Formats: sequence, C-alpha cells, structure tokens
Amino acid sequence: MINRFGNWVREGQIWGSIFRHGVPRDRRTRAMAILSNVFLHLHPVAIRKSSIRLSFTWCMGGITFFLFLVEIVTGVLLMFYYRPTVEYAYFDIQGLRAHVTLGLLRELHRWGAHAMVITIWLHMLRVFLTGSYKPPREFNWSIGVILLVLTLLLSFTGYLLPWDQLAMWAITVGSNMARATPGAGSEGPLSAFIQIGGVPLVHAGDDARFGLLAGTFVGPNALLRFYVLHCVFIPCVVTVLLAVHFWRIRKDGGVSGPL
Amino acid sequence: MDSILAASSTLDSVKHFINVACEPHWFLIISVLAFFIFLIGYRTWTKPIVAGTVSALATLFFLASCADTNFAKIVTKADNVPIVIMMVTVSFLLWLAFRQAAINDERMEKGEPLIEAGADDKVLVWPDLVYSELIALVLCTALLIVWAIILRAPLEQPADPNVAPNPAKAPWYFLGLQEMLVYFDPWLAGVVFPGLIIVGLLAIPYIDKNPRGNGYYTFKERKFAITTFLFGFVILWVVLIIFGTFLRGPNWNFFGPYEFWDPHRPAALLNTEFHDLFWVNTLGRPLPGHYLIRELPGIVLLGAYFMLGPVIMKWLFFRKISRDIGFIRYSVLCVLILFMLLMPIKMVLRWTLNLHYIVGITEWFLNV
Repeated sequence: MINRFGNWVREGQIWGSIFRHGVPRDRRTRAMAILSNVFLHLHPVAIRKSSIRLSFTWCMGGITFFLFLVEIVTGVLLMFYYRPTVEYAYFDIQGLRAHVTLGLLRELHRWGAHAMVITIWLHMLRVFLTGSYKPPREFNWSIGVILLVLTLLLSFTGYLLPWDQLAMWAITVGSNMARATPGAGSEGPLSAFIQIGGVPLVHAGDDARFGLLAGTFVGPNALLRFYVLHCVFIPCVVTVLLAVHFWRIRKDGGVSGPL
Repeated sequence: MDSILAASSTLDSVKHFINVACEPHWFLIISVLAFFIFLIGYRTWTKPIVAGTVSALATLFFLASCADTNFAKIVTKADNVPIVIMMVTVSFLLWLAFRQAAINDERMEKGEPLIEAGADDKVLVWPDLVYSELIALVLCTALLIVWAIILRAPLEQPADPNVAPNPAKAPWYFLGLQEMLVYFDPWLAGVVFPGLIIVGLLAIPYIDKNPRGNGYYTFKERKFAITTFLFGFVILWVVLIIFGTFLRGPNWNFFGPYEFWDPHRPAALLNTEFHDLFWVNTLGRPLPGHYLIRELPGIVLLGAYFMLGPVIMKWLFFRKISRDIGFIRYSVLCVLILFMLLMPIKMVLRWTLNLHYIVGITEWFLNV
C-alpha cells in the first residue's frame, strides 16, 4: 500500500519536475542525484574512500558550516524579538526568556556560536596536521584564515547585543585595545607625532577605537554599529568567502589525500 | 575522629600543592615540559591503553575536584562550559591525530602503505557521503538542543557604565590575548601580536616548502612545522585561555583552582625597568636625562635579538631549512618565530627579574 503510494508520487508530474532523475538506486541515478541538485553539487560524484573516513576529517569543517547555518536561522528569528537600542535591548532579551514559547532561541544561538569557534579551530588543526595547506591548497588555507578571523569578529560583535554587564564590559576590555593601535590610537605609540602645528591629529575623538565604537565609550552608537556588523555586514562577507572556500576545495582536488 | 581530621588535612595539602602548581610560572613550565614529552614520546603514549589510562585519571581528577566548591563554581559557570568542552575535544583529537601519525610513521619505516592509502578506491557520494552528512547533522542538532535545554544562556544585570565588574574579562576566546596584557602593553598584546598571528597563519603555506606530509597524518616527516604550530596553538593560545578563564580572578590576580576569589587580595609587586637595572644597578649611575639615551641599552638588546637571532638560529638549527626555503622565506620565518618567542621570554624575565619593560619610552607609549 505505502509502496504503491510512493511509486504513484514518484511517477507523477510534480515529483518529476523537481527531481529530474529516478530513485537513486543505481550508479547512473546516484550520480544524477548529486549533479542535478544545486546544493548537493558542491560534492563530487565519487570520492576517495579515505577522504570520508571520520578519523581523517573529523567532520569539523562540515560541522562548522552546519553551525553557521544554525546561527543564521536562530539569528533571523532573534531579530524578530530584539531592538538594538539602549532602552529596549536588555528588556527584549529578558522578554524573550519569559514570554516566547520554546524559548531556546538565545541558548541555541549562543552555544552554537561558542561551538562554532571551537569547531573552526579544530578544523584548522586537522588541516594543519594532515598538511592539507600544502600546494595546491595554499590559497584555500588563506581563505580559511580570513574566515576564522571573521568568525571571531562575528562572535565578538554578537557578545555586546544582550546589553548586560557581561556584554558591555567584555566589549570595553576588547575595544580598549584599539586605543593602543600604533599611529592610529590616541594612546598608541607614534600617534603623538602625527600632528600639524602642535595640534594632534590622532586623539580620543577620532582614533581607531572611536571608529569601532562610534563614540568614546560603549554606548548606543556602539550597540547599533555592532548590531549592523553582526547581522548584516560580516555574515554577507562570510557567505561570499564560504562560496569561494567550497569552490576551491573542489578545484584544488577535493579533500586531501596522499599524492 | 582523628582519622577523619588526618584525611581532610591530607586532602587540604594535596589541594594546596595543586594550587601552587597552577601559579603562572609553574603552570607554564609544566605545560611546556608536558608538551615536549608529548611530542618526543608520541609513539608510546598514544597507544590506546596508555592514553585511556591517562584520560580516565584526568576525568577522575576532574570529577573529584568538582567536590570542591570553588572549583565547581568556576568550571560550571555557563560561559565556561564551552572551554571545558574545548579542552576535552582538543585533547581527544590531538590523541587521534598523533595515534594515526605514529601508525603511519611506523608503516613508512617498514615500507608498508599508509592508513590513507588507496587513492583509486572511490565510492559514490550518494549514498556514502550524503548519508553520513545527514547523520552528523542530526547528531549535532540533537546535541545542541540538549545543551540549550540544560544550560541557560547567561544574562547579568543591565549594562551600567558606572559599575565595573571585577575582573572585567574579554570573551573567552580572546582571554589568551588578555593574559598577554600582563606581560606586554596593549599596543603589542592587543594589536601587533594578534595582527602577527593572522599574518603568520596566512604565511604558513608559503613558508613551508617541505613537500612531504601532504594529505596524511605524520609527525616524523614534519617535526619542525608541527612542533612550531602546536606550540603556538596549544601553549600560547589554549593554555593561556585556560589560564585566563579559570585562574585569573579579581584585579587579574592569580587564584589556584581550589581558592576563593578574594577581591581584597593586594595586587602584585612593583616591577623594575630594564633601564634601572642597566644604569642604576649595574653601572651605579643616575638615569640619563634624555629618553633615547636612557633606553639605548634596551633598544640595542632588542635590535640584537631581531638582527642576530636569525643568524644564531641558522647556525644552531636551521642550516638545512634556510637553504631549502631561500633568504626571503627564511627572514619571514625568523621574524615570526622571534615574535612568538618574545612572549615566553618576557614571561621568564618577569618571573625571575620582575622586569616590567625592556624598552620603556613611556613618553611615546612605546613600551616593550
């Protein structure tokens, strides 16, 4: 009965218009399943057996990507409930905890982000220990390093958004560093020499820290700036670089293996 | 009664011993020693029986320690749980990598094929890879949901710019950098060193010209590359994060794992400057008036470190490497390594001489 229903669905016009191949049961249709699907065609059709051994890849790159998707889904849902202003931010988070059904969104988002930082390190560790950055994959390693930095920045900008003591002071500690940028921070080495007629050009009102926080302290402008960076700008850059990263895996010969 | 007292005092002395062993200098020295023993003896300790025993003992130690209130408090703090997870996963995966490296190295010596051999042995992605990806996806989703149900995301009091928490800590993945602030000024610890870490990581594939060890686990064929990378990752990143999270309390003072975080503990001693050591203590003269002359000895010392360092390193260890990779690559490699080693060197100088700055041009905020 169920079998007959299944066959009826698979032979109908709707199914056939979505999947332009039969059930993946033989070599040809299995290859077609990968080739004719925009998401699956990131994969090659066939792959070296040793490349998919879990003890070789640790699956860490894949898990990092999965966590990135989790962050996007939960992040978009969180944006429905959150307003990035000093008046509302903290209380929106509190309300999220108290009033939203199945209120696990923030937990999933926060622990997913922590996990992503860990898995991206572990992915990098695996790639290093298997020598997978060596030719022809040098450039893809570089893309990966940029993605690592962007992941940390995503995490860092998101840390401020709950607008509690933990958030504000962690960002204060972090952004105080920018004040010491050589030549670009008001308390950085050599900045005092950048002046015209005794008037310093680099001061607390225009230095690197000011650019980061849009102010001289972690206040409403910083909250808005971090929100936009966190929700729009950095995710867009990461998405583009991820496309390059995955594309280059294929172009550089797939998951590495002995030559 | 007597036996209970005796037992508790033995326990206290064990705790005291561990507290002392976790002090910055002991903690770092023990970590570095363990690191090199780990690398030298990788064929022995990675055997399942040895590694299993060690991890069982470590788990036992961890669980027993959770009986201590101060220990349990810091380890189970919601934002610290990821770090415990990181410690476990990093140790396990390092074991897995070195286990396979040991097996591969032994097989290569005997002329047998590698674990990863069989390049022509191909399987179809559907179903072999797609299904394992699906299983991984389901497992990760389940784990994340369980984690989210068990542990609430922390939410403290509303942000208040007038009330600074003590200690004010950066997000946990930056605590290694915050720990560097103990030894270096923000322009180095917060700007130059992170920049150099990124540049150094980007430079790795362009410096490492060793064609072997591409696509399989090995240690024997890439000893220098792996040792350097892991020293940076394990000692200077992970260990410093563990240190900054679990052992740094109010006023960024050190607290042992079984110690109460007392906010009233006095801050550290006053530090000495290198220019005082040179002009006052050694030459017995007053400090020169002009800051450039005052700091000349420190500048000469640092200059010699970066100019003579590459020559001495080449002469001592890198004769072959420097010939293989050429002048430019070797220079970049040396600059990166010398900057990386500046961290442990400054630590040792701080512990032994209480040294504050090697070059201290506070007039320009240019302190090293």
